[in-house]
Amino acid sequence: MADGTGPGRITLSGVVLAGLLLVLIIVSLYFFIAQPFWFPKLASEHGAKIDSLFMAVLVVSGIAFILVQGALGYFVARYGESGTERAEYWHDNPKAEAFLLILTAVILTVLVFMGQRVWASIYFADAPKNATIIQVTGEQFAWNFHYAGPDGQFGRTDTKLITGTNPIGLDRSDPNAKDDVLSIGVMHAPVGKPVRVQLRSKDVIHSFFLPNFRMKQDAVPGMAIEVWFTPTLTGQYEVACAELCGLGHYRMKAAFTVDESQDAFNKWLEEAGKQ
Amino acid sequence: MSESHTAEHTHHELGFIRKYIFSTDHKIIGIQYMITAMAMAVVGGFLSMLMRYQLAWPTTLSPNMAKLFPTAWAGGIMAPEFYISLVTMHGTIMVFFLFTAVLTGGFGNFLIPLQIGARDMAFPFLNALSYWIFLVSCVVIFSALFVQTGAPMGGWTSYAPLSALPAAAPGQGTGVTLWITAIALFSASGLMGGLNYITTILTMRTRGLSMMRLPLTQWSLLVTSVLGLLAFPVLLGAAILLTFDRVGGTSFFVPAGVIMNGLPVDHSGGHPLLWQHLFWFFGHPEVYIVVLPAMGMASDILSTFCRKPIFSYRMMVYSMVAIAALSFIVWGHHMFVSGMNPFLGSVFTLTTLLIAVPSAVKTFNWLGTVWGARIRFTAAGLFSIGFVSMFVSGGLSGIFLGTSAADIQLQDTYFVVAHFHLVMAIAPLFAAFGGIYFWFPKMFGRFMNETLGKAHFWLSFIGAYCVFFPMHILGIGGQMRRIYDPTQYLFLQAQQPVNVFITLAAFVLGASQLIFLLNFFISIFAGKRALDNNPWQATGLEWTVPCPTGHGNFGEELPVVHRWPFDYSVPGEKEDFIPQTVPATATAKH
Repeated sequence: MADGTGPGRITLSGVVLAGLLLVLIIVSLYFFIAQPFWFPKLASEHGAKIDSLFMAVLVVSGIAFILVQGALGYFVARYGESGTERAEYWHDNPKAEAFLLILTAVILTVLVFMGQRVWASIYFADAPKNATIIQVTGEQFAWNFHYAGPDGQFGRTDTKLITGTNPIGLDRSDPNAKDDVLSIGVMHAPVGKPVRVQLRSKDVIHSFFLPNFRMKQDAVPGMAIEVWFTPTLTGQYEVACAELCGLGHYRMKAAFTVDESQDAFNKWLEEAGKQ
Repeated sequence: MSESHTAEHTHHELGFIRKYIFSTDHKIIGIQYMITAMAMAVVGGFLSMLMRYQLAWPTTLSPNMAKLFPTAWAGGIMAPEFYISLVTMHGTIMVFFLFTAVLTGGFGNFLIPLQIGARDMAFPFLNALSYWIFLVSCVVIFSALFVQTGAPMGGWTSYAPLSALPAAAPGQGTGVTLWITAIALFSASGLMGGLNYITTILTMRTRGLSMMRLPLTQWSLLVTSVLGLLAFPVLLGAAILLTFDRVGGTSFFVPAGVIMNGLPVDHSGGHPLLWQHLFWFFGHPEVYIVVLPAMGMASDILSTFCRKPIFSYRMMVYSMVAIAALSFIVWGHHMFVSGMNPFLGSVFTLTTLLIAVPSAVKTFNWLGTVWGARIRFTAAGLFSIGFVSMFVSGGLSGIFLGTSAADIQLQDTYFVVAHFHLVMAIAPLFAAFGGIYFWFPKMFGRFMNETLGKAHFWLSFIGAYCVFFPMHILGIGGQMRRIYDPTQYLFLQAQQPVNVFITLAAFVLGASQLIFLLNFFISIFAGKRALDNNPWQATGLEWTVPCPTGHGNFGEELPVVHRWPFDYSVPGEKEDFIPQTVPATATAKH
């Protein structure tokens, strides 16, 4: 049975390795289908699109994962060395190669376009006019939230005015600043209404991460970056820093409350303004 | 060749120091690289064990640790700044001083002349110099662990302004200065090596060894060297600019208006994203500087122990070249949420998913190699199969991260940590282990113990999956990278048992590497002797010379090559392998 026509031998090493690959496939199927641990509860409008994009990529890459690891397991179990028997001698198959190459390219192209539709809907769409605007400034190791107040106009800020009691350098002599509200570590926004976040940093790079809202954007010193999202669920959420920013990076967090109505939000803003 | 480069028996004997310490013999230099990198791996691995300890039990008092580390673990609680320096040093040591060093420095030096039929590198002295500069860079980075104000704390990516402003964190003073010095020395050493490799492979191949007859290891080292030659100068340049910002008062990376510790910083006009662009312009090719040689070695070893030619040699070569070329236009996928123009995010998504195509081609070809094989399950063979499995697992998660919209949630989480550890740490590590078990007889004239080698494989295979696969789950749950205490966040508390599981698995994985180290060092002196030139019945030129190989590598005459290195199980032939030096017959033409 020389020259590759024989069946090969089932060896202990081959079977064990195949068994381990099978366990890998089954365990990953369990974790990705039963989802005992999964994304934090979704609370934003655009987040649904990101989650379904993730699921689409998961299905495609999951199938590839099972096929490749499964084939590898099958081959190592099936084709162990067997006496003087030879392996099969073939080392090219241009048609199969071209087919797999084109198939991969087509699948990836489809994923690119699916992904870019979601990306465009998040980044290339202007925030609706009625949005709540919050100026967020990161610093070692806190998040400052600046609201324009009832007049809808932000007061002037200047880094030269920054002191221990004026963390964002708000110019109190500016009439627009009179009713501005500054909140450290606590952010509010009403449900169902777009939120425009204007991000800055005072010192090093931070990253404004709202896990429940599928929102992450670096705050870079010297840049003002705007992102927007629409909260869909009321409740208490956490804001994290996702970019290493120094020794207190792990505790650079803030609380985010999505209020059940514009009135509830206005009430909080009024209270916060008094402090 | 001049007379000074003739066969070993005519070569005058060198003393111990010239032969084993200040040697210009590529084989000794390769082994020096390898053993130095192993020492660095022990350090880098130990640091990761401390990190895992902290992540599993962040709030548990540990008086024993306080005894071991009186300042860093004062009162039984790890200092947060110590944790960040662990992160930084672990990443830096593993990426540069283990993987880059062992794969290109170690295997590159040892294998290039042996596999292309040359007596040594094109520039033996430059080769020795590159090792000694590498050793100095190792000493410098190691010393950063002992700086009183702390080791560097900017992560292995050293993002500015955190790295540019010494006041930003305790370790950002002397710690970062040492980090920059070590990286600059390492870059210089890598450039010398790369130049040498390219020259040697292009000009010193023996008669008959055309480019399309090179083992894939050689192709991968050639392509890697070109990448290194183009990428490392960018890192070196960025490191110099960073130094100017730190000590020269320039503002390449620091913008105006920065307030540090309540005080305005005297910089204006720089841009923090410039550092990221420069770093990742180097950093992404660097990923392939690590992965390509691993691919090449794993391919050759896989073919040898499958007793079957590599499937589609040409596509293997073309895909390596394609990966290398594309690796220079994908760097922006590290920066989707960095504040870079979102239009660029679209471009980098396209190029990133493009680079997945040649990677997929390679995966199909490895499967095609194992299909219909007659596998010899040696330790080296097992590790080369393990490489394929790890590369696939790590590669597929790259599709999520390369899709910019999906990356918004996953960026800077443990999903990224899982991805890059599988694809550019565990997979290359497996290829390197395969390479060591495979070429050990050629290096030292003895075998490593196979039983221990197999035990090492099974524990590493299970351990690596138990450590790195659950990290995807942590990342989906939102756990950020470089976080000293995940339980600070309510949304992460429910998945803390996963952290404990990973840590326990990491301890097993770490401990099983001790089996390898013991096996390696004991086998040098007491392993079974390799009496045969070609114990694995392989086809490459390195298997035509004695184990270990003497100075000058080949006898009076350099070998002549007649065929490609993948003639395994050729029908109608007496043996199931035909060395490259056997003239072509009517039955086997290549």
